[in-house]
Amino acid sequence: MIEIWFAIVALMLTAYVVLDGFDLGAGALHFVAGRDGEERGRILAAIGPYWDGNEVCLLVAGGTLLVAFPKALAAGLSGFYFAIFLVLWTLILRGISIEFRNHVAAPLWRSFWDVVFSAASAALAVLLGAALGNLVRGVPIDERGWFSLALFTDWTARNPVGILDWYTVATGLFALVALTTHGAAFLAWKCDGELQSRARRVATRGFPVVAVAWVLVTAATRLASPDFFAPLRSRPVAWLGGVLAMVGLTIAAVASRRARDTRAFLGSCAFLVGLMAATAALFYPDVLRSSIDPSQSLTVMSAANDRPGLAIALTWWCVGASLAVGYFVLVFRLHAKRGQLPKL
Amino acid sequence: MSGGDALFWHRLQFAFTLVYHYLFPQLTMGLALLIAVMKTMGLRPGGDAWNDAARFWIRIFGLNFAMGVVTGIPMEFQFGTNWARFASYAGPVVGHTLAMEGLFAFFLESSFLSLLLFGEERLGRKGHYAVAIALWIGSWLSGYFIIATNSFMQHPAGHEVGSDGALHLARFGEFLLNPWAIAAYAHNMIAAVVTGSFVVAAVGAYYTLAGRHQGAAARFLRVGVVSGLVASLLVAFPTGDRQAKLVARYQPVALAAMEGRFESGPRAGIAVIGQPNVPARRLDNAIHIPWALSFLAYGTFESEVQGLDAFPESSWPDNIELLYYAFHVMVGLGTIFIALMGAATLFAWRGRLVTTRPLLWALMLAFPFPYIANTAGWMTAELGRQPWVVYELLRTADASSPEVTSGTALFTLIGFCGLYLALGLLFVALVGREIAHGPHD
Repeated sequence: MIEIWFAIVALMLTAYVVLDGFDLGAGALHFVAGRDGEERGRILAAIGPYWDGNEVCLLVAGGTLLVAFPKALAAGLSGFYFAIFLVLWTLILRGISIEFRNHVAAPLWRSFWDVVFSAASAALAVLLGAALGNLVRGVPIDERGWFSLALFTDWTARNPVGILDWYTVATGLFALVALTTHGAAFLAWKCDGELQSRARRVATRGFPVVAVAWVLVTAATRLASPDFFAPLRSRPVAWLGGVLAMVGLTIAAVASRRARDTRAFLGSCAFLVGLMAATAALFYPDVLRSSIDPSQSLTVMSAANDRPGLAIALTWWCVGASLAVGYFVLVFRLHAKRGQLPKL
Repeated sequence: MSGGDALFWHRLQFAFTLVYHYLFPQLTMGLALLIAVMKTMGLRPGGDAWNDAARFWIRIFGLNFAMGVVTGIPMEFQFGTNWARFASYAGPVVGHTLAMEGLFAFFLESSFLSLLLFGEERLGRKGHYAVAIALWIGSWLSGYFIIATNSFMQHPAGHEVGSDGALHLARFGEFLLNPWAIAAYAHNMIAAVVTGSFVVAAVGAYYTLAGRHQGAAARFLRVGVVSGLVASLLVAFPTGDRQAKLVARYQPVALAAMEGRFESGPRAGIAVIGQPNVPARRLDNAIHIPWALSFLAYGTFESEVQGLDAFPESSWPDNIELLYYAFHVMVGLGTIFIALMGAATLFAWRGRLVTTRPLLWALMLAFPFPYIANTAGWMTAELGRQPWVVYELLRTADASSPEVTSGTALFTLIGFCGLYLALGLLFVALVGREIAHGPHD
């Protein structure tokens, strides 16, 4: 039961990275792919039907963590206090820029919100990558199960660590590269004309960069958290995830070069899914890893809700998730054809 | 309550972000119903004008919805950032409804919102109608999950406390269908319809007074005034009455504080005006309606109503003055709403509303007051719950995050003040533009 809930939380976070990843990436590319207000409007129209639902994945991941591992959510959110509010404020600015831009046609108004939207999208990609880096590196959970992190300390990945150090900045930049390329693949798939060929060019150049950055960030993980790969031998899911990521990235790189946009985007999705699955499998059974003493880590056992509660939650979760998948399929089908995008 | 007291800043930040957030969902939920009504009228033969009316409100709905979404995101996360001990203790129970809100309501709303905003041409009349209904259901479902979460904090049900002191969900049905939740939901949703009705009526009154968009204005007035009267009546009786009876039964100390009642006794009156003087333990300058409280709370004039003296001071709500005023503002405004919408309905029925300028002025200027009444109502509920965060299970003082200092909490509070001020000004300006632009393209 507890293993299932670990998988569900990982699944929700993966869904969030894959789905919101493409609209964050598209936002980071806003000024690269879209050369004028009209093209930027088309980028926003391309993500328009999806971004809100994608973001809900993050909220549901939070809710799922609360019901499944309440102690981990409490310790994690209060410990990362500053970083969480940076993320929340950036999410607010980004959401509002998409909605407000559309209501006034003046070029100055639109340029302003374009800048807010793009900067917030890029910042979120970095922040989310850094968050993942923090989880992998570990946080100073004490014997009472709490911790508190400064925004930064001496930029080394050793205690006393801050939220930002060389390693978490590296994972943040890796996320920015990976999600920007993911967003480019999405725009190449959804848009047409100049916009499409520009996005395709970014994707074609981006996938090899992602591959190199992935190797570098893996090496960095070995340095920052030497034990992270130790359970690799006994975790088939980690192997499968790694292979899926490699295959996905290769397919994406080749397909993007050949202008097979749907396949390239799906390859990029597979890459992110594989990466997240491998990370989660290596992370198990920890939910929040202590950098002071591994025995103080919050694990699936020590942080979980009680079993009857988890059983009840599983019932409604299956119903709700099926409905949500249904809505997503419906929305993607309704907006499947290019050139039928709403005007923004 | 010194500056070094982190708890104080946690409470102020949560109160500020929550009050600000709820300015938007109350209109979203009220308007969602009224848009569904307009779209229903638009389905009839010759209903084009109603569809045009709905289209105007959908644009405002979009802006308002976006503000509700972005200000709602921090609420979910602040349970963890600022109230970590609450999340850790009550998460095994309230985590259910909070996660269900996302899964059952947010996905529904977010999937259909852009179709409601931009999909009218592609979906056709019936498809777009269905989307409007989906948004209405989604926003009202969302409301239920939040009310159910809050109701567990007001009146815990379906739970068990283990031998180690940990909270468990024992009976899911009892928790989800908490009688407190059902009463609070009815009261709250109808209060949201009051807000929606007043806003729609105010815009109708403005256009009528300004001599613009006469046809649309007449429709706005008709919908706003009729639903405004029905909702204003229902929000007082039976839903408000039922809510007050639950408070009397399960939170008698809160009722005593709401009424500024320091001494127990039968034949209790209701204070119409008066200022609670807590140090002196009395209500200054009070005017009472005799026996009314005994009757309203317990059904007979002879019923004994406990005053604050019946309870140990450690269980008193910690801001009796604010609780008293919040409750009286809500009840007073609610009474005025019935009178205003009653008069407007009477004049509309006789066909004289559009020519009765003083009444139109009153309707135009009245729209902020349901926001105040809704806010005051929630303040009554939340201040009345104090000093508990989960009633009689966990004190507010034991619920905050142990590792977050007062300086840190103050920093984020100031950040929210700045961000929300800027967003609020922009929102008002954009809604003003939409209203100035009017219902026709």
